[in-house]
Amino acid sequence: MFLLRLLSRNALRHRLRTLLTILGITVAILSFGLLRTVVSAWYAGVNASSAARLITRNAVSLVFSLPIAYQERIRRIEGVSAVSYANWFGGVYITEKNFFPNFAIEPQSYLALYPEFVLKPDEKRNFILDRKGCVVGRKLAERFGWKIGDNVPLRGTIFPGNWEFVVRGIYTGAEKSTDESQFFFHWAYLNETLKKSIPRRADQIGVYVVGLKNPQSAAEVSLALDATFRNSLAETLTETEKAFQLSFVSMTEAIVVAIRIVSFVVIIIIMVVVANTMAMTARERIGEYAIFKAMGFQGYHIAGMVFGESLFISLTGGCIGILLTFPVARKFGEVMGNFFPVFQVEKMTVYLDVIFCLLVGVVAALFPTWRAVRIKIADGLRRVG
Amino acid sequence: MEKPVIVSVNNVSKSYSRGNQPVPVLEEITFDIARGEFLALMGPSGSGKSTLLNLIAGIDTVDSGSIVVDGVNIATLGEAELATWRASHVGFIFQFYNLIPVLNAYENVELPLLLTPLSRRERREHVETALAVVSLTDRMDHYPSQLSGGQQQRVAIARAIVTDPTILVADEPTGDLDRVSAGEILSLMARLNAEFGKTIIMVTHDPRAAEKAHIIRQLEKGVLNNVSA
Repeated sequence: MFLLRLLSRNALRHRLRTLLTILGITVAILSFGLLRTVVSAWYAGVNASSAARLITRNAVSLVFSLPIAYQERIRRIEGVSAVSYANWFGGVYITEKNFFPNFAIEPQSYLALYPEFVLKPDEKRNFILDRKGCVVGRKLAERFGWKIGDNVPLRGTIFPGNWEFVVRGIYTGAEKSTDESQFFFHWAYLNETLKKSIPRRADQIGVYVVGLKNPQSAAEVSLALDATFRNSLAETLTETEKAFQLSFVSMTEAIVVAIRIVSFVVIIIIMVVVANTMAMTARERIGEYAIFKAMGFQGYHIAGMVFGESLFISLTGGCIGILLTFPVARKFGEVMGNFFPVFQVEKMTVYLDVIFCLLVGVVAALFPTWRAVRIKIADGLRRVG
Repeated sequence: MEKPVIVSVNNVSKSYSRGNQPVPVLEEITFDIARGEFLALMGPSGSGKSTLLNLIAGIDTVDSGSIVVDGVNIATLGEAELATWRASHVGFIFQFYNLIPVLNAYENVELPLLLTPLSRRERREHVETALAVVSLTDRMDHYPSQLSGGQQQRVAIARAIVTDPTILVADEPTGDLDRVSAGEILSLMARLNAEFGKTIIMVTHDPRAAEKAHIIRQLEKGVLNNVSA
């Protein structure tokens, strides 16, 4: 108790210096937390992917489609529990700035394979029954103020034309990591329109989503599936949903690495700043440490005072930084919602924040402690007065 | 009847090095201090009196010789043992009081007791007694910056006596005080010696301060010259 009182009073002896140091730590921990969350958001799709789903696409490139006729052959493969499909539609709502992912899907099988998209039963039924209906994520609906029954026009880019949809359902995520900013509509609507306007592009899908009876059999089923279509006009490439999502992230790997490096550099910089503060503090108090030693206090008592003060400063700044990370991340997520549909501060980020606060406090105190403990009492006392 | 010896300094030599050159400070010093004695060490600047005081107080180590305090040869103690020994055997009174500025008078006096196994209640009793001895009970909540120089030195004296140490060492205790405050401090030290039987070893330049001592020893160029009683 006495030590805590001494530490807190010592820490506040140079209020401005201490407050500026605490502010620095707060900003550093906040920055670290946000940068880590940006990286996590980058991988949100990967983390949200299921081990029980495979994605089958054209072996040449994702740009090329696959025939709808593959569906039944895939369903017959050993280990497959369900098959659905989706097309990346790439529609634009009013302007390109309003980007959000939109897919043409087969509603019943797709929603069955994605139980994380939670729809009210009546909304689900209405969506399935209305060929021009669509379901949108909660965040997307909030972003544009859409309600059930609203008409939503999309301008086609990959599939030219103006497309009209009626909002029949607003899904919520079963998990925090579920993307609530997507837009789904009937593949049948797309296909019927294409049959009339561009018949050669009809009866084609972008990817198959394959449900597995046993997630452990992913490798065998993938091999079997691709073997089924080997030497056909549209060979397939099947991978786990996680691998599929990772292939998108890997395109921007350099940016992610850069963000990670910057987040650690921030911590190193603040470590140097706190070390400087503690070095100044210890230099000013050499005389006092000598007095403590003269009275019989030992090296470990002095070390406790220096380490304690350093940890007091770093943990105070760190705690404020951690507490601020949550509201700032929420605001950041709202503003950047179209880029990062899932922007959640992970537990691991908080754990790392705490570890780095402790590390900063300890490392910053090492050299000042070494000096304070080694000081000869007679030499230290000469500095008083 | 002769008083028992509490401090015995035997052939103590001490030198410091300036560059590679050893500079002798004390040479073959030998003398005894009796229990309950009030000794003043005098001498010109650089004569080695503060060094001698530091050696007796165990905050510096001898090059050769021995210093026995209350039966313990402190020249043979390691750093940690010496710290433990100082905590229970030595009370320090410095020229510049050396109070901890962020602690109030009560907390400053309590500091040495934190190294003892005393309970909080027992510590409070000791601190209040010590502050009563120096007549500062009413100022125990004051911080050093809220006290005059004389009052700060009285708090420092309370801190020095709170553990009831074997010896009190004072290095120029009145050096930073005006004449009136210096007189009060010297009277207080004389009272500690007379009423409580404290053994006091005081380094001073001030002949008026030395007058309060029973014995005055003169140091000159590291050699103990004469004794006046």
